[in-house]
Amino acid sequence: MSLETVDSEGQHIASAVSDEVVINLSQVNKWYGDFHVLKDIDLTVYKGERIVICGPSGSGKSTLIRCINRLEEHQRGDIQVNGVTMDTNLKNIDAIRRDVGMVFQQFNLFPHLTVLENCTLAPIWVKNMAKSEAESVAMTLLERVQIPEQAAKYPGQLSGGQQQRVAIARSLAMNPNIMLFDEPTSALDPEMISEVLDVMVGLAESGMTMLVVTHEMGFAKRVADRVIFMDQGEIVEQNTPDEFFNNPKSDRTKLFLSQILAH
Amino acid sequence: MAVLEKGSPHRASRSLSEWLHDERVRSVLYQAIVAIVVIAVARYLFINTSENLQARGMSAGFDFLSTGAGFSIAWSVLPYTAGDSYFHVYLVGIGNTLMVAFVAIICTTLLGFLVGIMRLSKNWLIAQVASWYVEILRNTPLLLQILFWFLAVFSLLPRPNKSLSLLDLFYLNNRGLYIPAPVPGDGFNITLIAVLVAVGATYAQAVWARKRHFDTGQRFPAFWTGLGILFGLPLLVFLVTGAPLTFDYPALKGFNFLGGASVPPAFCALLLALVIYHSAYMAEAVRAGIMSVSHGQTEAAYSLGLRPGMTLRLVIIPQAMRAVVPPMISNWMNVVKNSSLAIAIGYPDLVAVYMQTSLNQSGHAIEIVAMVMLFYMSVSLSISMALNYYNKIVQLKER
Ligand SMILES: Nc1ncnc2c1ncn2[C@@H]1O[C@H](COP(=O)(O)OP(=O)(O)OP(=O)(O)O)[C@@H](O)[C@H]1O
Ligand SMILES: [Mg+2]
Repeated sequence: MSLETVDSEGQHIASAVSDEVVINLSQVNKWYGDFHVLKDIDLTVYKGERIVICGPSGSGKSTLIRCINRLEEHQRGDIQVNGVTMDTNLKNIDAIRRDVGMVFQQFNLFPHLTVLENCTLAPIWVKNMAKSEAESVAMTLLERVQIPEQAAKYPGQLSGGQQQRVAIARSLAMNPNIMLFDEPTSALDPEMISEVLDVMVGLAESGMTMLVVTHEMGFAKRVADRVIFMDQGEIVEQNTPDEFFNNPKSDRTKLFLSQILAH
Repeated sequence: MAVLEKGSPHRASRSLSEWLHDERVRSVLYQAIVAIVVIAVARYLFINTSENLQARGMSAGFDFLSTGAGFSIAWSVLPYTAGDSYFHVYLVGIGNTLMVAFVAIICTTLLGFLVGIMRLSKNWLIAQVASWYVEILRNTPLLLQILFWFLAVFSLLPRPNKSLSLLDLFYLNNRGLYIPAPVPGDGFNITLIAVLVAVGATYAQAVWARKRHFDTGQRFPAFWTGLGILFGLPLLVFLVTGAPLTFDYPALKGFNFLGGASVPPAFCALLLALVIYHSAYMAEAVRAGIMSVSHGQTEAAYSLGLRPGMTLRLVIIPQAMRAVVPPMISNWMNVVKNSSLAIAIGYPDLVAVYMQTSLNQSGHAIEIVAMVMLFYMSVSLSISMALNYYNKIVQLKER
């Protein structure tokens, strides 16, 4: 796909992986009816690690990261986030969602609220932050994603790229220590992809733990500490970007890479 | 711009057909034709009617309004005695129509919301019951439902001496529904004042709690506090002033009930039919409104840590209401207009007392029809003005 979007020749940004485990999945299984969508997933993510997940459509990438903040419920196995075990306890789910931000392919901004209100809603109502404080936090974040001048507009008045940057700011307003991205640039016109990827690169540089489902291989090469390849509900292969792209082990990975690079 | 150059009026060499194909000429032309037709029809009707009236030796005008109407009205919200003026009959009719329509609108809205939300329930049985309710009731004529409730239910109730009763306070029989009537005693006014004070205090408290939340982030249990003030204060005042309220209980005297307040069977049947029929439409509007908000909105709210209740209140309902309110309000207008089917079961609404009895007696058809139309139109127009205003406020801003 768009190898050129992020300068793939550019230096791989410095990694800041610590040995503290923030996400741990062991033997996670999930079914939709009879359809086995996640099969025995084992995954350990360390603080500050940047993981890119790729794989063919329908392989379970979205389902996997949506299990991490309980937008989907897994049926077997254990998920731990920041030491909290994901179970039916609502307190645990709240605690996990407070620490995990998510950015969606379709942005999912709240269309009835201004950009600023989108960013202050959760801090005010979930964190009980004073409105003025929430607004100043939000403005700082909007500056970071480079659209402070749009604060008073409504999402419908922005371009796709701007909306996705607002969505990132909205997530960051809750001060998460893990960010999940589900194909954040797939709904964007080509000329807007890089403005979103730039923001994500900046976030990576700041040391955020990130799990990114994307087909932007340039981004993967530049940012990822680890690339995970999924197919048919399994993690088929995981490796550093260098090894993954230059020396893939499995045939399925080779096939996938040849298809995606053929574009 | 292109239009301007092509068909611009100062080009001398334009043929008639070219002129007729100019879109601005067209729109003026169409409006002129409509205006001429309307004026011609109105003129014809006016001349024709005044000739007819003259031929029969009748006068047009509203003088008849002050003369007495000799008939009696079976049941009315406003006080009425036979011999009151025709204008009074008009007001009594309006009172009866508004009474049934107002109660029906409130009940329709509540029931509609309930059924609409039930239809979206994850529980299969609840969802099925709600969807059968909607489908059956929307697909049978309202008149049929009114007649059903009147003829097959309320007319077949037992006679007064065999009344169905609830706690010996409420009685239902083939003469109507009887309920205890409150009789305020000395000093009850103080309790009424306390109610007003409590409403004001509750509102002020909510504003304060919201401001404090925004200023400091601290939350205050505004809902429960408000509820406490709203009920607690009037109750306290009521008790302190010596509970100055008694009830007039309905009681069987001879063949009928005396005392209390009552509504006739026709009122019950009409109200029930209007509520049940329109709540089915209301339920559909509510369901469609909630479904129009994409699931992604819920997911985004959840991922930000909002609990389901807050997600509903801050994200889903504000968006759903944009889709729910317009059909809801046109539903309200339909309730008002359809209440005129009262005539089929003899409930004395505006149409029944004024367009039937009064019109037959006085003969002033045009004036009477115009007055009745004026009433329905002003109700409908005020409702739709409120709707337009609402739509303007909540319109989504897009490019
Ligand atoms: N709610 C659901 N009910 C039933 N099947 C589902 C549901 N959601 C997803 N699936 C199925 O599960 C499989 C994995 O879906 P998932 O969205 O995780 O794939 P993906 O790897 O993210 O694909 P894509 O690249 O197209 O987004 C797909 O085959 C999909 O059809
Ligand atoms: Mg997906």
